Amino acid sequence: MTANHTASPHTKHSVSRDDYARFPEIQRAARLRLLQMHYESKVGHIGGNLSCLDAILFLHHFVMQPADQFVLSKGHSVGALYIGLWSIGRLSDTDLQQFHKDHTHLAGHPVAGWMPEIAVATGSLGHGFPVAAGMAKGKQLQDQPGRVYCLMSDGEWQEGSNWEALIFAAHQNLDRLTVLVDVNGLQGFGSTTEVASMAGLRQRIEAFGATVRELDGHRPAALQELLATPEQGFQVILLNTIKGKGVSFMEAKMEWHYLPLTAEQFVQAQNEVRQA
Amino acid sequence: MRNAASVVWQKLFEEQEYAFITGDLGFMALEPVRDKLGKWFINGGISEQNIVSVAAGMSKMGVQTWAYSIAPFIYARPFEQIRNDVCLNKLPVKLVGNGGGYAYGSMGSSHHAIEDYGVMLTLQGMNVHVPAFAEDVEHAVRRMATTPEPAYLRLGRCEKPKDFVLPAYAPWRQLLEGEGPVLVVIGPLVGSYIAPLLALAPSKRPSLWVLTEMPAGLDELPELMIQEIKAGRSLVVVEEHVAHGSAGHHLLARLHAQAIAPATFQHFCAQGYPSGFYGSQVYHRQESNIDANHVLKAILG
Repeated sequence: MTANHTASPHTKHSVSRDDYARFPEIQRAARLRLLQMHYESKVGHIGGNLSCLDAILFLHHFVMQPADQFVLSKGHSVGALYIGLWSIGRLSDTDLQQFHKDHTHLAGHPVAGWMPEIAVATGSLGHGFPVAAGMAKGKQLQDQPGRVYCLMSDGEWQEGSNWEALIFAAHQNLDRLTVLVDVNGLQGFGSTTEVASMAGLRQRIEAFGATVRELDGHRPAALQELLATPEQGFQVILLNTIKGKGVSFMEAKMEWHYLPLTAEQFVQAQNEVRQA
Repeated sequence: MRNAASVVWQKLFEEQEYAFITGDLGFMALEPVRDKLGKWFINGGISEQNIVSVAAGMSKMGVQTWAYSIAPFIYARPFEQIRNDVCLNKLPVKLVGNGGGYAYGSMGSSHHAIEDYGVMLTLQGMNVHVPAFAEDVEHAVRRMATTPEPAYLRLGRCEKPKDFVLPAYAPWRQLLEGEGPVLVVIGPLVGSYIAPLLALAPSKRPSLWVLTEMPAGLDELPELMIQEIKAGRSLVVVEEHVAHGSAGHHLLARLHAQAIAPATFQHFCAQGYPSGFYGSQVYHRQESNIDANHVLKAILG
């Protein structure tokens, strides 16, 4: 059983904003720990975790403040969130050993009510953005400080509820909401082009009145743009990423949406990350 | 009942801050609520999935939020949003569905809500309120406003006879005494039973009960009703809802758990659209044999 994190304050991590130079070191440690956690628990979803891990790390180390909230709409990448929270000291190695085990809080998709950094249960796609929009509206109504950051997948935009939320967020001018999209181009049974094309996602979103920016989702220099003072109004940031980032045999391979690592693959993956 | 609710929501806002989000419905009823609440009233547009999720998110940030549409639109389309975003997150969102049962009559089957509270009762922590009379609405709204759990309010049309005096509000109320069968009716449908039952002699008249809250009402059955059943009277349940997930089935299970067996059990409930034809609420009640005329003939002969 994992420790009860509910009562713990959302304290700012120890890494200062001037420590960007440390980010490659943070990335490497996090990738290794993510691979270990998934290997030991014998579960997949590794590819989509590695595509968004860098953004989650950057957000939690350098961007988010105690008044901010994070919603992981692509709940199947909760491994990356657990590792992000481990990286800032909010989860321990002992906690991570409970991933996917019986009597755990660290389920394969986020469950609610056990630590403040995991704001809501998600896992069914198309829910996180509308809930985050409600949270941003709640902040707006009460004039509360802080932003709501919501991380989505690109294939997830095939869910119609997101387009309802986009209409709402733009119309309500939810200036405390930032939606990040992990654009790795792959989904559960094909690419986002061949399944139900998401081509022109930026233009489609912009057509609804949102401000859209595109960033490299892995390069620290690009991710630093997340620190820029948000422009007025609701904004969407498309993060161009690579599924399975950092492990050669996983990169841009759809099957790593699902597969667990064999012992040999685990060793190879660790070596690649260490030597990168 | 919608206008009664509108009045209560206006009063409530003078006592506490809350937000109200509608899926673009409420014409000729919610305008005063909109005007009273100002920025706290949000028309989220025709987007029931979104307004339920948004309500959950606002609730997460400490804003009590009421989400409104007509009954079928607030429980059926956004079911997963209610299950995941509201209930699994244990957020006290207040869902309001106007026109439960066949209330929208000849508007057609898409506008009927004959599975609503059964579906809602499958969800963790969900409370259901089915006020029977306009006078009940304030009690329902206030109970919903003070409970830390999610809740669903099924509004209908008050059918109380003009001069009938209601007993004080409670989840269970005995509306008429009688020595006949124990007759339990859910929600506003009960109003249409009062006049026909008053025309009967007490020796033949069913003991008429109305249930307006679940599961709370099912958890605490009234002692007098239990005594009536234990005395060997038949139990009859009537509701404008399908059998699966119905109050009748829940009630029978609760009685069975207490080793209480009515002499006989008859359940009159919504049958859907047996003829394939459509009409008013009265028409559909008759098709389902849940109207007072049919039920009283069936149980009294």
